[in-house]
Amino acid sequence: MKNTLSQLTRSHLFWPCVTLVLLCLANVYFNPGFFDIEVKDGHLYGSVIDILNRAAPLMLIAMGMTLVIATRGIDISVGATVAIAGAVVAALIGGSLVIKDGVQTYVSNVPMPLAIVAALAVALLCGLWNGLLVAGAGMQPIVATLILMVAGRGVAQLITEGQIVTVYYEPFFFIGNGFIFGIPVSLYIVAVVLAVLLLLTKRTALGLFIESVGINPVASRFSGISARALVFWVYAFCAVTAGIAALIITSNVKSADANNAGLLLELDAILAVALGGTSLAGGRFYLIGTLIGALIIQTLTYAIYSLGVPPEINMVVKAIVVFGVCLIQSPALRDLLMKHAFRTGGTA
Amino acid sequence: MRTSRRSVISAIAAGLVAGTLAMPISASALTLGFAQVGAESEWRTANTGSIKEAAKAAGISLKFSDAQQKQENQIKAIRSFIAQKVDVIAFAPVVTTGWDTVLAEAKRAKIPVILTDRSIETKDPSLYVTMIGSDFTEEGRKAAKWMLENVKGQGDVNIVELQGTVGSAPAIERKKGFEEVIKSEPRFKITRSQTGDFTRAKGKEVMEAFLKTDKNIQVLYAHNDDMAIGAIQAIEAAGMKPGKDITIISIDAVKGAFEAMMAGKLNVSVECNPLLGPQLMNIVKDVKAGKQLPKRINTEEGVFPMETAAKEFPNRKY
Repeated sequence: MKNTLSQLTRSHLFWPCVTLVLLCLANVYFNPGFFDIEVKDGHLYGSVIDILNRAAPLMLIAMGMTLVIATRGIDISVGATVAIAGAVVAALIGGSLVIKDGVQTYVSNVPMPLAIVAALAVALLCGLWNGLLVAGAGMQPIVATLILMVAGRGVAQLITEGQIVTVYYEPFFFIGNGFIFGIPVSLYIVAVVLAVLLLLTKRTALGLFIESVGINPVASRFSGISARALVFWVYAFCAVTAGIAALIITSNVKSADANNAGLLLELDAILAVALGGTSLAGGRFYLIGTLIGALIIQTLTYAIYSLGVPPEINMVVKAIVVFGVCLIQSPALRDLLMKHAFRTGGTA
Repeated sequence: MRTSRRSVISAIAAGLVAGTLAMPISASALTLGFAQVGAESEWRTANTGSIKEAAKAAGISLKFSDAQQKQENQIKAIRSFIAQKVDVIAFAPVVTTGWDTVLAEAKRAKIPVILTDRSIETKDPSLYVTMIGSDFTEEGRKAAKWMLENVKGQGDVNIVELQGTVGSAPAIERKKGFEEVIKSEPRFKITRSQTGDFTRAKGKEVMEAFLKTDKNIQVLYAHNDDMAIGAIQAIEAAGMKPGKDITIISIDAVKGAFEAMMAGKLNVSVECNPLLGPQLMNIVKDVKAGKQLPKRINTEEGVFPMETAAKEFPNRKY
């Protein structure tokens, strides 16, 4: 019995799950209807659905970030990539409100599939740039991606001409607001990306390659893994996840805001990866853990909104909880507490 | 052929001469350094456009800087204006505090400073000449007064508030003005208040959370139209009718708000006029001419309920 319990607590998913459950309980305490899910206008409606839906962009980016971090890297340019891809898709679709004889009609600038492909291509380009700097030029990942992080919002501003671009083209709203069988479209996107990643990393040797590059790039290279190419494509993939997230974000608010879209998302993504149990030192990675990490962050944000925390101290509350979560997840501290608990237990 | 070419050449030469003659005139023209907040909304865009156009029309040479919502960028811009020795500095402060040092530098360089559309908190009011802009407290009062007149009935009215960016003048003053008016009416209560950062995305996210935790909301008061537009999307997703099930009051009266009002989803928008370019250029000239100016100059603003939206829409410039 004790054996299975200790096995359970040693599982990498245990502590993230405990944290998420605790946060949900806190939500229920302040909002008894937290777990209520009803069907409204043919789709699911409730707090949990909101959290999943809002966390979707973060989950996507955090999955890409997990792979980057597993190779001992980091990508702090994802927020800027979101701004750029969002600006591209909004500027291309755009659409304007035309009032003709009192009838309002909306038209798009270029066909929507083309605009989406273009936005993803631009995101991929951002990733290739990062990959080139890290894998090709051998720059330190944080410095290499810092370049795009700083320059990216400027690029996005150029595309939007410093404006907030409002999208008036209805079909585009489906990505961020639509439902299939009552479940938000964004969750299907997350599920597809997750399935592809799990398939690639668990069913092929790719996962093993990524971990080995993260643990020891030199040894990996000597054992025949083309570490450079691997790292290069991991950054490209991470940027594409940011591009997909940008589509959801832009579609959800029906506009692209070069200044604020994806702002500080890179930090949330890194936090999600860390909360999920993946070490920032590279090596072993846990995609499901990352998803739980992303949900922890969004659940916390949600709790702050429904708690009635004064807006001035939002960030402080968030910081305290994150601090606590990180402490719980620290094995060193846990061991220390365990020892202490056993000692006092023994003397009593 | 030859004559036409000659005439072209002579025209160019005349142009060059005229250009060089005009040079000294434009060099003696006033230079205005303007540090804008950044592109945050349609309102801000109209504000920027008005200032750029008015400067051109008034023959004032404009140095324009975009701070991307960051105070440090604005401070940098003001310092560079001082270094470039512009005649007058104008800026729309991102936040209310933390300006004393840089404004003291401007004062030492004897460059007058004009604040536009947002005020600052300072112990030394001599740091700026005047402030032109909207009276945010009055906007908050107008919003509350409209509500008192139009939300009928006897029962309690629960209001949720979407605040602007924490610490910004419009957020603080619009809240203050609104609360001031409803204080005397006990049946009106603000039950929830959270920041939506003046953006659609946050307005939507916060309103979603409000709707789940609180089934009893009669009025939404948003500090700007963008947050209201985001919140409208959240209310629709909750299966309610914005504008009917929940009365929505917002401030700014940008085009997006008029579209929402024409669709019957927004009840009223209190105008916050961004077209202060021409007025600002007159003040710049007055300041340079050494005229005495009041410490505070207000722009003219109206209130636009839903019913007037369709009629007013074609006249809107922003």
